[in-house]
Amino acid sequence: MERPTHDRGGWPDDAPIDRSEHELADWELLTDALAGALGGRGLMNVDEMRRGIESMPPGQYERASYYERWLFSIEANMTEKGVLAPGELDARAGA
Amino acid sequence: MTYHPGQRVRVAARSHEGHHRTPGYVKGKTGTVERAYPSFTNPETRAYGADGLPQQPLYLVGFAQRDVWPDYAGQSRDRIYLDLFEHWLEDAE
Repeated sequence: MERPTHDRGGWPDDAPIDRSEHELADWELLTDALAGALGGRGLMNVDEMRRGIESMPPGQYERASYYERWLFSIEANMTEKGVLAPGELDARAGA
Repeated sequence: MTYHPGQRVRVAARSHEGHHRTPGYVKGKTGTVERAYPSFTNPETRAYGADGLPQQPLYLVGFAQRDVWPDYAGQSRDRIYLDLFEHWLEDAE
């Protein structure tokens, strides 16, 4: 049975778990607030959020941090719903 | 509610394209219903913009760690507990 990247319980891995705490950057706090606001306005529920994270390409998922995955999902969901135009965030960020 | 506390249940071994809350490591494993929760909207359809209705009964199911992990080296009484929706469970009695 093939399992997607996020469904990783029991995967063998010799790498140690990073248990260190870290301060959240401003963009991470804003991302959390944004997800809450979108939920409050009925634009994205927690299951859509998780589904968006699980849809990340495996390599990108592995490299992304926790809130980078949130951002990926928020952008994907908002683009699906037409709130954002495809590529709009990159264009506005000057990427 | 189809199942009751104390009943042996097996987790369906099927794969599922798309969002679901049943982890792969427990699929096909047999455990015991510990508690029957109320019903909740279904995340498998809510994840795609639907309303998640009809609500699905949810259960707390306990498994022996040794049944879940073939190489488990801990004590035989050690258990792992998961919340699982009814449509992922099969009667194992």
